Amino acid sequence: MNWKRKDVLGLQNLSVEEIEIILDTAVSMKEVLGRTIKKVPALRGRTVVTLFYEPSTRTRTSFELAAKYLSADSVNLSASTSSVVKGETLKDTARTLAAMGADVVVLRHPMAGAPNLLAETIPAAVINAGDGTHEHPTQALLDMFTVREKLGKLAGLNVAIIGDILHSRVARSNIWGFTKMGARVRICGPATMIPASIETMGVEVCTGIEEALEGADVVMMLRIQLERQQQGLFPSLQEYTRLFGLNRQRLALARPGALVMHPGPINRGVEISPEVADGVNSVITEQVTNGVAVRMALLYLLGGGGIPVA
Amino acid sequence: MHKLLLKGGLVVDPAAGEIFPADILIEKGKIAAIGQDLEASEGTVIDVGGRLVSPGLIDMHVHFREPGFEAKETIATGSRAAARGGFTAVACMPNTDPVADNRAVISYIRARAEQAGLIKVYPVAALTRGSRGEELTEMADLKEAGAVAFSDDGRPVSSAAVMRRAMQYARMVGLPVISHCEEPTLSAGGVMHEGYMSTVLGLPGIPAAAEEIMVARDIILSEHTGCPLHIAHVSTAGSVRLIREAKARGVPVTAEVTPHHFTLTDRAVAGYNTSAKVNPPLRTEEDVAALKEALADGTIDVIATDHAPHTVEEKDVEFQLAPFGMVGLETAVGLVWTELVIPGVLSPVEAIRKLTVNPARILGLQDGVIRVGADADITIIDPGLTEVVDPSTFASKGRNSPFSGKKLQGLPVATIVRGRLVYDRGLLAVT
Amino acid sequence: MKHKVQILDKEGIRRALTRIAHEIIERNKGTEDLALIGIRRRGVPLAERLAAKIREIEGSVVPVGTLDITLYRDDLNTRDQQPLVHRTEVPFSVTEKKIVLVDDVIYTGRTIRAALDAIMDLGRPRVIQLAVLIDRGHRELPIRPDYVGKNVPTSRREIVEVCLQETDGEERVLILEKD
Repeated sequence: MNWKRKDVLGLQNLSVEEIEIILDTAVSMKEVLGRTIKKVPALRGRTVVTLFYEPSTRTRTSFELAAKYLSADSVNLSASTSSVVKGETLKDTARTLAAMGADVVVLRHPMAGAPNLLAETIPAAVINAGDGTHEHPTQALLDMFTVREKLGKLAGLNVAIIGDILHSRVARSNIWGFTKMGARVRICGPATMIPASIETMGVEVCTGIEEALEGADVVMMLRIQLERQQQGLFPSLQEYTRLFGLNRQRLALARPGALVMHPGPINRGVEISPEVADGVNSVITEQVTNGVAVRMALLYLLGGGGIPVA
Repeated sequence: MHKLLLKGGLVVDPAAGEIFPADILIEKGKIAAIGQDLEASEGTVIDVGGRLVSPGLIDMHVHFREPGFEAKETIATGSRAAARGGFTAVACMPNTDPVADNRAVISYIRARAEQAGLIKVYPVAALTRGSRGEELTEMADLKEAGAVAFSDDGRPVSSAAVMRRAMQYARMVGLPVISHCEEPTLSAGGVMHEGYMSTVLGLPGIPAAAEEIMVARDIILSEHTGCPLHIAHVSTAGSVRLIREAKARGVPVTAEVTPHHFTLTDRAVAGYNTSAKVNPPLRTEEDVAALKEALADGTIDVIATDHAPHTVEEKDVEFQLAPFGMVGLETAVGLVWTELVIPGVLSPVEAIRKLTVNPARILGLQDGVIRVGADADITIIDPGLTEVVDPSTFASKGRNSPFSGKKLQGLPVATIVRGRLVYDRGLLAVT
Repeated sequence: MKHKVQILDKEGIRRALTRIAHEIIERNKGTEDLALIGIRRRGVPLAERLAAKIREIEGSVVPVGTLDITLYRDDLNTRDQQPLVHRTEVPFSVTEKKIVLVDDVIYTGRTIRAALDAIMDLGRPRVIQLAVLIDRGHRELPIRPDYVGKNVPTSRREIVEVCLQETDGEERVLILEKD
């Protein structure tokens, strides 16, 4: 099977075969990252634009490095410096970028579905770098890549995702991705942060963190935003940590050698204790390296010359 | 045109619940005779050819956007859309700019409708000043100016105390209150129905409870004040249960449903289709089933469109930025027939009742009947005619229909207001 | 595509590889600093076989690597779909090594050009040599193999198909003609 898709907007619509192609390609990209000369000429002459309507230094930098390692030219447009402030619509901004010759547009946007709008407007490939509370496919792909690399497989694993599921695009993408690949996903978090009918996505909803951690191969902790307290979604960070924080005692409930993951940035001592974040089970820093490899894979697959305009 | 003879039609009398073959003679804008083999010595003869001759349809819930938002719609373009959709009368909601909360705006709307000269436009006046939900409007003055009901449609009256006083006062004035039921703290930020689809799409949801809490509150207030209450755009099974129970107890409550709420579910939002963004939001299959059941058992009295045109530019944005609302006038009859009449949810007479006499009764109008001496407002419907919805052909300025590409059967072919043919699809032989 | 002619059988392939192994040892005066890198896919089993032959002859182990040249192709901007990338595994430093690049067929020379760039990105070899099972001519770049199993004059309409046990389950080299 060859790669035929113009855009990657989410994991909901990717097939198992497509996910496997991305992860396999990322293995080759990671080999490139291990070289002294971390650069291959694959995307020479191609232009990658990172269009960020939300600040995210780590994701943007990861994409920019990925583009540079593939020899593409990359340009960053962030909302504060672009014409966004002058009231230009997303579609018009997109058309402008397309007219300037962007081959791939990487979009981070606070509103769900913005990448879909972009993708149907322009011939360039669109990669969703996080849209509202919808999806964050590259984060989920790098998570899956990390798990597959560490544990050798995805099928049959028990994955626990813990925290603010309601506002988490990372959780949604990982639920799609891991369940597609045959893993069992459990979610757990404050009852106010469990989205409606999420069990229909094929996950088990656990009320207590112990239940979620029991026998888990992978423990994925989500970042809790302080502003959710002001919105009345949870009473205090102390109580959050008490009920849903991952510490060494709780981690002991998981399988020996279970992986501890976090999309970052971490609230140390809140959702995850420092000893766990820095412990032997933690693969949090490797997630970052793998993020570059996975993004290189996507840029390579979408950044070719002759992809027909949808 | 002094005389008009409609020959060979099947006359629908929703009040009597009958359909019978008859000719109708119209003179000076009124129905002059109904009977077999009528002859006209002069004037125009329209051969209806066995199609349904219904009292002119009434849409008691439209947004004509004028004054203030003429880029979306004007009273003239809205009137054309209504005529093309088979409607001879509409009640237009007061959320214009300025809000229709004073005599001047009500008079302006009526004057513009007069200039457009196509259909009857009945203004609904605001319940509170600026529809801010704080101070009452001058309801007696507004009634005298021509308002047929009071509503802050588009936004809820969040204070129960204000709603109570508004109902007490409206009852004294003698006009019904139309309530947009939405508990704002529960719906805040929401852009679609809260459920599996909102979870998957990552869009903030509006729970069914946001509507149902207000339906319950307003029913209690209606019972308490004795004020006739009309619940606009009912969308959930829970609302239906509350209304059914209230009616059984004799509370003076009536309710309407829109064609989009009995046709579509929240799945229409998939792909971030802003044409499917509407408030109240499209709900689930269970809700659609409950709405159809409520239409069949009479819990829901009226079918109204909540015709809410927006410009293409306004809808061509991120889903969360797009305004709520969809156009409905030009697809309503087709949806009623395709979704309700043909599948047997409603008989043709029952369906037409919910588009004629029932809204007329709620608003205290003389329209909605075919009777000698009444205004000759007539809609001719061809139950077999089909078309594929193409928003580019709409007379409305709005193109924001979620039904683009849908095949409809049962369509209006001519609309007559006060004896004047205001819409003719060109299928009838006119001599 | 119709079958035209078999130009090498199992024995022929074996003999050609044995000869190339001898030539490599002779040209490099032994196996010191020698390493083989096979180009995916069929260069890989050929490199492994050559390493085994060299070990038979010299008794020394020559490291073998695998090179995927996809990311170095010169046609990525013109193809409809991106070709899938496979793994490059060169588990030794190429710097100061005598690298023998191994592929099944040399044709236009473009694959070898890409492979040379790829190897250069891995380090700085002392020398790079090229071994191929078949040289079918029609070079588009100034590239010439150092070791050739068999020179086969072909037309551009023809296709040379190398089948190896490891990749194809049989051993032979065919020339096919496009319809």
